[in-house]
Amino acid sequence: MRGGGLWQLGQSVTRRLAQSDKKTVARRCFASEADLKKTALYDFHVAHGGKMVPFAGWSMPIQYKDSIMDSTLNCRENGSLFDVAHMCGLSLKGKDCIPFLEKLVIADVAGLAPGTGTLTVFTNEKGGAIDDSVITKVTNEHIYLVVNAGCRDKDLAHIEEHMKAFTSKGGDVSWHIHDERSLLALQGPLAAPVLQHLTKEDLSKLYFGEFQVLDINGALCYLTRTGYTGEDGFEISVPSENAVDLAKAILEKSEGKVRLTGLGARDSLRLEAGLCLYGNDMEQHTTPVEAGLTWAIGKRRRAEGGFLGAEVILKQIEQGPSIRRVGLFSAGPPARSHCEIQDEKGQNIGEVTSGGFSPCLKKNIAMGYVKSGHHKNGTKLKIVIRGKFRPVVGWVNHQGIFLNLRAKSLALAKP
Amino acid sequence: MATSLWATRAASFLRINVPCRGFATGSDVPICYLALYCYEIAAAFIDWFLKDLKYADSHEWVRVEGKSATVGITDHAQDHLGEVVYVELPEEGSKVERGASFGAVESVKATSDVNSPVSGKVVEVNTKLSDSPGLVNTSPYKDGWIIKVELEDDSDLPCLMDPERYTKFCEEEDASH
Repeated sequence: MRGGGLWQLGQSVTRRLAQSDKKTVARRCFASEADLKKTALYDFHVAHGGKMVPFAGWSMPIQYKDSIMDSTLNCRENGSLFDVAHMCGLSLKGKDCIPFLEKLVIADVAGLAPGTGTLTVFTNEKGGAIDDSVITKVTNEHIYLVVNAGCRDKDLAHIEEHMKAFTSKGGDVSWHIHDERSLLALQGPLAAPVLQHLTKEDLSKLYFGEFQVLDINGALCYLTRTGYTGEDGFEISVPSENAVDLAKAILEKSEGKVRLTGLGARDSLRLEAGLCLYGNDMEQHTTPVEAGLTWAIGKRRRAEGGFLGAEVILKQIEQGPSIRRVGLFSAGPPARSHCEIQDEKGQNIGEVTSGGFSPCLKKNIAMGYVKSGHHKNGTKLKIVIRGKFRPVVGWVNHQGIFLNLRAKSLALAKP
Repeated sequence: MATSLWATRAASFLRINVPCRGFATGSDVPICYLALYCYEIAAAFIDWFLKDLKYADSHEWVRVEGKSATVGITDHAQDHLGEVVYVELPEEGSKVERGASFGAVESVKATSDVNSPVSGKVVEVNTKLSDSPGLVNTSPYKDGWIIKVELEDDSDLPCLMDPERYTKFCEEEDASH
């Protein structure tokens, strides 16, 4: 058929016409949209072409004008700015905030140096994960935590229940939930150079995992050098009234190289980095040991216990867990959540918990749980996708982390 | 000759489909008209090409030429799916049934079954999609075709939608989400 060029024009023209129709149509469905919470950057996202979708009770951008693949690649090449204000930030304060928190998480909070943080897990009595969280010891009497948006109500109820019991016995701890602040994540190789333009503090002295309270772009921010992408980067807690200005400043200083990035690319990035998504790769019944997070259980905590579910977890450390989280490569269609994993003989040995196509590796990657014994590097497996077996081309222990990004974060660690 | 034919079609297309447009003044006017003319030719060309297609409510299109039918997914479908990373193709020689799934299209974030709008036998699959699944996005009605089917009969065709009905169907579907 001749006229290939006209085809392209026609396609984009048709889509543009359809888009203008969609605008009038979208206005009619305000009922469901009104039930969703909006972050301080909602209008900013819409103005920048954000495709807004419901997520954990919030209206969040899944992507902008560029595709999820391009967004993902751009984060690793230049940088990305994510609105993660839907996540819940809170502060625990008081003389006893450390022993209080240690009852609820697996981390050695007492052993953290002031101004440093770590990934941890809130456990239940059975040793399962209530949520994962990044906690930071600001001082010995102030801990700053960020928990998942989807677990906010559950986590806050859990912490409140235990806090009431703790304070009734004379313990000194109180909390403040930072609903007056918005969390932004700036990730990628340009994160530090761009942010340096907006603050007088020397960011080269802030190592990965460290925390600082400082002025950024004229606002008092909580800054943690951490992220969910495997790249260098920061999570910035900014007063909500300054959030839009900060986002604008970051995008301007990067001269367009750092782009607004949505949750679609965020998921691809974290999967490439081998990081768990609570609700997929970790649930109420998953222990940190099964999830490969034994490293997050401090040495002293392994000896002493003292957190919910410690008996189950310490036993698993000693005897080995019956299932383990692993990484997977496969050919053919991408493996997705809940695909069955079978051994070469066709016996069920596990399940995929997250999967998709990796824009950076240009192949299918997935995470799942398999029976111990089948978790070693190079084990041949099958994944059942839509009723058909697909041979798993390779098998990587998740500790390898697909893009060897752990090495990157270790390189950024304090010498 | 073809141009004047298109111009006539463009004029009728203009009356029916083109939304309000702003007009520039002064020296911009000739360029504006030229751009508009090109757009209208393109739109009319699309209109003429696409009018031969029939559509299923699961967002597949079919082009029937005698006993042979070509099937793919619509622009609306690929737009909603996002970048396609894999296309599951049936075997040549296998049977397809109207309304039944014969394969799938995978994007970065989602998997979507592809249903056949017609019944018959698969005589050809688009093997280019194995190396270039993105053709479904860039050229959903042309290079991104998925299968060619030898029709059993043409009894399925009256059940399918014509372009106007399909456009309306998409609008109604989007409004309800």
